[in-house]
Amino acid sequence: MIALVDCNNFYASCERIFKPHLDKKPIAVLSNNDGCVIARSNESKFLGLKMGEPIFKKRYLVDKHNIHLFSSNFALYGDISKRVFDIVGNNVPSYEIYSIDEAFLDFSGIKDPYGYALHIREKVKRWTGIPISIGISYTKTLSKVAGYIAKKSRNGISYLKDKNEINEILRSLPLDEIWGIGIRYAIKMKKYGIHTAADLLECDETWIRKMMNVVGLRMVRELKCIPHFNLNTNRNMKKSICTSRSFAIEIKEYSRMSEYISMFSSRCSEKLRSEKACARSISVFMYTNRFKPKVKQYSGYFSMNFHTATSDTITITKLAIKCLKKIFRSGYSYKKAGIILSDIIPKNQVQLNLFETTDRNKTDKLMKTIDRVNGNMGRDILKLSSSGINNKWKIGKEKLSPCYTTRWEDILHIRV
Amino acid sequence: MKSTKPSFESLNIFKEIPFSSQSVPAGFPSPADDFLEFDLSLDKKLIKHPSATFFVRVSGNSMVNAKIFDGSILLVDRAEEIKNGDIVLVVIDGDFTVKRYKKLGENIFLYPENKNMSPIKITKNSESYVWGKVMWSFNRVR
Repeated sequence: MIALVDCNNFYASCERIFKPHLDKKPIAVLSNNDGCVIARSNESKFLGLKMGEPIFKKRYLVDKHNIHLFSSNFALYGDISKRVFDIVGNNVPSYEIYSIDEAFLDFSGIKDPYGYALHIREKVKRWTGIPISIGISYTKTLSKVAGYIAKKSRNGISYLKDKNEINEILRSLPLDEIWGIGIRYAIKMKKYGIHTAADLLECDETWIRKMMNVVGLRMVRELKCIPHFNLNTNRNMKKSICTSRSFAIEIKEYSRMSEYISMFSSRCSEKLRSEKACARSISVFMYTNRFKPKVKQYSGYFSMNFHTATSDTITITKLAIKCLKKIFRSGYSYKKAGIILSDIIPKNQVQLNLFETTDRNKTDKLMKTIDRVNGNMGRDILKLSSSGINNKWKIGKEKLSPCYTTRWEDILHIRV
Repeated sequence: MKSTKPSFESLNIFKEIPFSSQSVPAGFPSPADDFLEFDLSLDKKLIKHPSATFFVRVSGNSMVNAKIFDGSILLVDRAEEIKNGDIVLVVIDGDFTVKRYKKLGENIFLYPENKNMSPIKITKNSESYVWGKVMWSFNRVR
C-alpha cells in the first residue's frame, strides 16, 4: 500500500502556526512580487478567491472580508516542510518527498493503514501545527485519488481498498483530477466521449498508448491497481537550478537589468553551494510582457559553458553578464528575467581543467566566508557591487512575516 | 491515538561519525585518537524533538519565579505531553502567554509565577489550547 501525505493549504497553515488570532480567519499568500494568489485558507476559498488571481483585481473582496495577505516566506515554509517530512519519515520504512507539501509513504506491512494514518496525522498536527490529509491505496496514482477524497472527508483520511468502491469513485472522478492528466488531455479525451476516470479504464490499452503515450498508459494501469511507479527514495541532486523574477515595474535600461542578472547569479550560486554542487553551464533569459500585445515583444535566451564546473559567485556572475550582453536589446520593456545553472554535478566530482588559472582553494574560502557572513548577519550584507548598491529594486515583499524558525532576531515574541 | 505501531525513530542514530582529527603523515599517531569523542553539543543536550522544537522570546514579569525573566529566550517542545504543574505556552482567545498549567477537578487554571498577579481560570466559552511545553529558559548571567 502507498500513502500520499498532503499538507492542507500549506503556506497559509504555516503562517497560522505563529498567528493563532488568524484561526478561522481568511488568509491568502502572494507570489514573489506580491502579485498573485498562490495559497488560500479554506475561508478565502469559500469567499471565492481564486488560485493564481492577481490580487489587485480583488481589492474589494480583500477589504470587504478583511482577508489577511502575506508575502511568500519560503524560508519559513521550507523549514516547516522539513519538520513535517522528518516526522512522517520517521514513522515509515521509506518515503519520497514529492513537493514542498506532498510525500508518498511506503505503507507496506502496516497492519491497520487507516489507524496508522490517523496516528501520523495527529502527531504532525500536534508537533508542528500543520493539518495534513492522507490518501491510501494500492498505487501512487490511486493514492492521489484517495488524497483527493481525504481532503473532503471529515477526519482527513481516505483508505481505498475495496475494488468495487474504487470503481464507484472513478466513475465520478473528472479526468483532470487524475495525477498527470492535464487539462489539455482532458479536453482532447472529451472529444472521444471520455469524461471520467472510469471511461478511461474501459478503453483499449493500445489506443490509450497511442493517444497518451507510455506514461499515460502506466497511469491508467495504476488506476487498475497495478503498480508501475515506484517510490523514488534516493533524493537526486537537482539537475538545474533557476532564479528568476517577474518585475513589478518593467525594466528598460541595461544597467538595471545587469544589476538584476548579477543579483540572480549570487542567489543561484548560493543555492548551488548549499547543495554542495557545481554547474557546468549557465543560461540567461528575459522577455517582455506577453499579456500586453500592443507593446513591442521580444524574448531572448542564451547559454554558455564554464571551462570547469564551478559554484563561485564571481565566475558565475561574469559569464551571466556575458550571456546578458548577447541577448539584451534596448527599446523593450522587460517583464521577466532569470538565470539557470545546469549540468550540475557534486562538488567532489569536478574534473579540473589543465589550463586552470584560478586558485580554487582561495575562491572556495572566499565563498564560504561570504555565505557564513550572510547566514549570520542577514542576506546581502556581503555582495558583489555589480548587483547594485542601492536597494531600490528590491522585490516587493511588503507583507512578509518573520522567519520564526530560521533567524534569531525573528523568533516569536510574546508578552507574559 | 494509541501508538502500538512500529516506530522507526530509533533508526536515526549514527547520524554523525567521528573521524580522525589528524592527517596521517608517516610517524607516530596521536595516542589521543583512540579516545576521540563527539564535541559537546547543546542542541543534542537540550532538544529532544528537533521537529517539534521552537524558540520564543518573552517580555514581561509574570513568570519571574519560574526563572523566566523579561528578555529570556524559551525552548518550547510541542511533542511533550502536558502534565499538571508544567509551564506551558498557551493560546487564549488568539493571544499567546506563558503560565503554569494546573487542572483542579473539571477546571483548568493558569498560574503566574509572580506574587503580585492572580491565576486565570479557563472558562468553557473561551477558545484556548496549549501550544507547547516550555522546557528551558535562557538568560545571560551578569
